[in-house]
Amino acid sequence: MSTQELFGVTRGEVDYGDVQGLVRFGYKRMSEASYALVRVKSVAAARSWLRSAPISSAATIDPPPSTAMHVAFTATGLEALGVSASVLAGFSSEFLTGMTEASRSRRLGDVGSNAPPHWEWGSSGSVPHLLVMFFAEPGRLDAFVQRSTGDVWNDAFDTLRRLSTGDLGGLEPFGFADGISQPAIDWPQQRERSDGHIAYSNVVALGEFLLGYRNEYDKYTDRPLIDADAASAGLAAAEDAPEKKDVGRNGTYLVMRQLRQDVRSFWQFISRHAGADPAAADTLAAAMVGRTRAGDPLVPIQDHAIPGIGSQPDQIRRNQFTFDQDPAGVGCPFGAHVRRSNPRNTDYPGRQTGLRRLIAALGFGRNRFRDDLMSSVRFHRILRRGREYGPALSPSDALAPAPPNDPERGLHFICVNANISRQFEFLQNGWMMNTKFSGLTGESDPLLGNREALPGCPVTGDFIMQEDGGVRRRVSGLPQFVTVRGGAYFFLPSLRALRYFAGTQR
Amino acid sequence: MTPQSSFMILAPIDPQREAELRRLLASMNDAPGRVNANNRLIPFPRFDTLHVARWLILDDKTIDDGRVYGMPRPTYPLYLTFLGDVDGGADAFLEELAARAPVGLLALFSCCKGFTPETDLVAWMKKHTIPSAAGYVNWRGRTVRRVREEAALREALEQHVQSRARDLERVPPREIHATLRQLVHVDIAAGRLTLSAEGPTPFKWWFGNLLHLIGVPLLLLLASPLLIVVAAIGLVRLRRLEKTDPELCARVDQAYSAGLALLEDHDVSNQFSAMGSLKPGLVRLWTTIFVLWALDYGARHLYTRGRLARVRTIHFARWVFLDGRKRILFLSNYDGSLESYMDDFINKVGFGLNLVFSNGIGYPRTKWLILDGCKDERKFKEFLRRHQLPTEVWYKAYPGLTAVDLERNARIRQGLDSSSLNDREAREWVALL
Repeated sequence: MSTQELFGVTRGEVDYGDVQGLVRFGYKRMSEASYALVRVKSVAAARSWLRSAPISSAATIDPPPSTAMHVAFTATGLEALGVSASVLAGFSSEFLTGMTEASRSRRLGDVGSNAPPHWEWGSSGSVPHLLVMFFAEPGRLDAFVQRSTGDVWNDAFDTLRRLSTGDLGGLEPFGFADGISQPAIDWPQQRERSDGHIAYSNVVALGEFLLGYRNEYDKYTDRPLIDADAASAGLAAAEDAPEKKDVGRNGTYLVMRQLRQDVRSFWQFISRHAGADPAAADTLAAAMVGRTRAGDPLVPIQDHAIPGIGSQPDQIRRNQFTFDQDPAGVGCPFGAHVRRSNPRNTDYPGRQTGLRRLIAALGFGRNRFRDDLMSSVRFHRILRRGREYGPALSPSDALAPAPPNDPERGLHFICVNANISRQFEFLQNGWMMNTKFSGLTGESDPLLGNREALPGCPVTGDFIMQEDGGVRRRVSGLPQFVTVRGGAYFFLPSLRALRYFAGTQR
Repeated sequence: MTPQSSFMILAPIDPQREAELRRLLASMNDAPGRVNANNRLIPFPRFDTLHVARWLILDDKTIDDGRVYGMPRPTYPLYLTFLGDVDGGADAFLEELAARAPVGLLALFSCCKGFTPETDLVAWMKKHTIPSAAGYVNWRGRTVRRVREEAALREALEQHVQSRARDLERVPPREIHATLRQLVHVDIAAGRLTLSAEGPTPFKWWFGNLLHLIGVPLLLLLASPLLIVVAAIGLVRLRRLEKTDPELCARVDQAYSAGLALLEDHDVSNQFSAMGSLKPGLVRLWTTIFVLWALDYGARHLYTRGRLARVRTIHFARWVFLDGRKRILFLSNYDGSLESYMDDFINKVGFGLNLVFSNGIGYPRTKWLILDGCKDERKFKEFLRRHQLPTEVWYKAYPGLTAVDLERNARIRQGLDSSSLNDREAREWVALL
């Protein structure tokens, strides 16, 4: 008897064959990838290409495939494909308004040199309709792309941008191990759904990453639910409204941002502050990131297991920790990139239970400066699927002045989440760009911050490291290391929804 | 201690002059959502006891929500309101206001019904003052002056720490404290810093507050036999209502929402203004009255030190009944973006949100008044956005400072005031810098 039957809960089993594989797999083996950002030239041809495109599902295949292809749509893209306004209206408002709305730019930190008018793609006039992602094992990408983009493709689309990626062997361009911490999706949907989690877990409700399933609030996220008719017959029924067809089920939202990383500026700044001592430079850089270059955390590993991080020695070494062991920010600075992006906290700080929890909930109890400054992280997780671009540049080589035509390096940041405003935008706004994160002031994310002044906050380019019993060390005048070069919000549909958008042969 | 008070002036707008009023209000901003502090009409920074203030037009987009109960569409006047939070008494502030900004006030209030150039400004404002049903102050007695002095103190300490970094290295925390304390004393003696002592607590306020502190529980105790019966009946009735009360949480019109967003996130803090109608019936009315009364008591006596339950991001907030308690207005000044504000509330004090707001028409379905409700996050967020009003003009005396910043600065000041700290205290104090 399965656990689900045992507890008398019937939850829809996940039909992996309907989910795009990108949600389940990071495609580590397929180290080659490229992204095409295209606009629809001919609706008929575009639909025809979509109908025959071999979009990869999340079902496991034996032997594993050597290539994969995924497709996602912006709101204007769906409109261009002829998706009706009434269906579109069911999508979330962030998706519909897009990434570049003025007030949104303020929240995302897309101001100054990050502002959309400076972007290479994604601002008005260059909003893509579709994102088509190609992945392949080494040596197979070019042929795969060529095979997939023949005559029909050329009739269907105008290419806005073709983004290549590079394989830096598991490092991101600054030279740090990347992709170490990812949420574990609760595919079997057995996560405890009670209120008030008191222990950090890395397992996150399926509905945070796929539409049509219950999220961390035990509710369903916005997506279009439509009446059943001939056209929508192939769609799944909505779990929460069985009489309706669920356009969103097994689909999700995908956020893409092209982030240029100024690797030379980063290491030159670090080196200057470390007095040209390579070991001190490594220490300072690690403090900013919150992990060593090899990916080890700066706080001790805890004894008891954390659900969802895995049980391999390597997984334990890298992820079996929270910041409870470092309440003063002495091991890992409060403002370090990984502490901002995942503070590993819970609904109640201090793991209280019973009466003490009630007292804490009412705001009595202890009253320390840094208590309760952050929202519980389980509502703000994202699944990252980005890839680096540009050639590798080692920290020591980065100290040399840039040659003429130094190639651009950076990250094609891609993340998957069911609620863009509560997940990606909250993370970017409340934790990355926020100069007041965790009781700090005068600093935003040491890597991603735009260093733009705010009213009453002329300085946002500091970085503070707490000292045990001593006065904190401050690094001032951080330059902007990362610049946004493009971005858009996409819908990554299920394969059923994709067929629905593509329509039948007419 | 100088306690804060709040004022709120409310008057119906002369329909003929609404457009003019909107123009005037807009002229007080550099851009939508960004006040020109030195605007011609109300020079806000000249009032050195004023924490926050706002002007808005109460254009309730949800006025017809009563239709879900078969109620006829009500006709309320379109109001202009001007409100703020100040140190000391509200009347004294209104007098100062009238003395310093007579021309601006005259221009603005002339757009209201019954106001003529001959009207006595102070008397008129007092006559049009409307009380709060409940109010919240982040930190009782923290004056604008203190906020500014403590911010300057922190700045000065920052500079000392930076310029003496080498001297302070590997020095025990108590010595660091003593050294910095000495430096600040020199700054004060040289007139570079001022740290004013707290003003005397007005006796009348102190006594009234004490009576309130003791009297309210006493009254409750005396009335408890009756209250228990009424509450039991009320609760049963309420549970029945909860099962059938309709929800109005549809997606908010994109353009309306975008218009509101235009006004937000210019500072580290934001304003929030919202209004709606109460659900019909005495049970809902009395529940609301009682809940707000209890909330006001809690805010007045229990939550006076930077925390409203677990929430640490609200500077000032208030709830106001309008139109014979048919409608309710909620106004707050909070840190961060609206999304994080709402998340903070849902996750930390969801029960409180439900208690306070679930008596409004259309609120997501609650259970026993405190359960569910806002835990339906999407519905709750749409509900709130739907009731939100654009705040025409918003002023905050200390842009760039969050409530947590103010608390940090206050703690720094407090630690500096004591001549000797023990090791643990000194360690914690040094960590604040």
